[in-house]
Amino acid sequence: MSAHAAFILAAYLLTLAVIGGAALAILLDYRNLRRALSKLPPRDGDEPRP
Amino acid sequence: MLRYANPANFLSLAGVLIPLGAALSGLVLAAGLYMTFFVAPADYQQGETVRIMYIHVPAAWLSLFCYGVMTLAALGTLVWRHPLADAAQKAAAPLGAAFTFVCLVTGSLWGKPMWGTWWVWDARLTSVLVLFLVYLGLIALWRTIEEPARAGRAAAILTLVGVVNLPVIKFSVDWWNTLHQPASVLRMGGPAIHPTMLWPLLVMAIGMTLLFVTLHLMAIRNEILRRRLRRLSILAAEDGEARLRAVAAGQGAR
Repeated sequence: MSAHAAFILAAYLLTLAVIGGAALAILLDYRNLRRALSKLPPRDGDEPRP
Repeated sequence: MLRYANPANFLSLAGVLIPLGAALSGLVLAAGLYMTFFVAPADYQQGETVRIMYIHVPAAWLSLFCYGVMTLAALGTLVWRHPLADAAQKAAAPLGAAFTFVCLVTGSLWGKPMWGTWWVWDARLTSVLVLFLVYLGLIALWRTIEEPARAGRAAAILTLVGVVNLPVIKFSVDWWNTLHQPASVLRMGGPAIHPTMLWPLLVMAIGMTLLFVTLHLMAIRNEILRRRLRRLSILAAEDGEARLRAVAAGQGAR
């Protein structure tokens, strides 16, 4: 076990938390936007909803 | 290419590319992590701590790459008035901030055992901190101006002002006497590190770039939906107001 294992582990965990958190935030935002859009009535000439 | 400038076409393309990008980045990152921990040797000076470099260096590259993407998008907004350009720019800023933050903190976690300090105000570290602050400033600017087109133009101007920092970051280790080591991969004369360390680093860099592209596509898709929601909400509010006026006019006639 490296004497600096805690630094290595902290670096990888922090990266996972930051990038994983960003990905999760984007996914939740997408879900909320779709939900909000589905509550509004569609209009003529509206683009297809994903 | 221009066909995909249309938001509807972009959404259908993104629907195909996002799952593909997610799967591909997952596979490449898994291979990169395997190579990082089970193939790459410990460094003769840094020991096992060198393994922090396999995330620190790709995060540093992506912090610059993301700003490059935002600069192109800013030009798209100001010069060509590309319909997706400011959406792409707005979507990239939080990702750029995230990768720059990872770069700064992992660098600090490497610096403490190797340099004996968490932080020094040397030119490379300070210019990357400035980049992080520019990203935060751009995010704040987007949140300050409500109208997306106006916010897009203001953010595009600030992005183009901030681009002057990119060559400073890249060449700071050559222009000034810094504690941060000079470039060892992207340099004249080829990479200075051994292939057993270079390959894991490149695989991690490719995996993180694929992840960035996938997250960026997802964030652009969100931005398109947010603008559609805003437009439909305004139209629905106008319809409601018109109905109220009609009811009031009917009551007045009676």
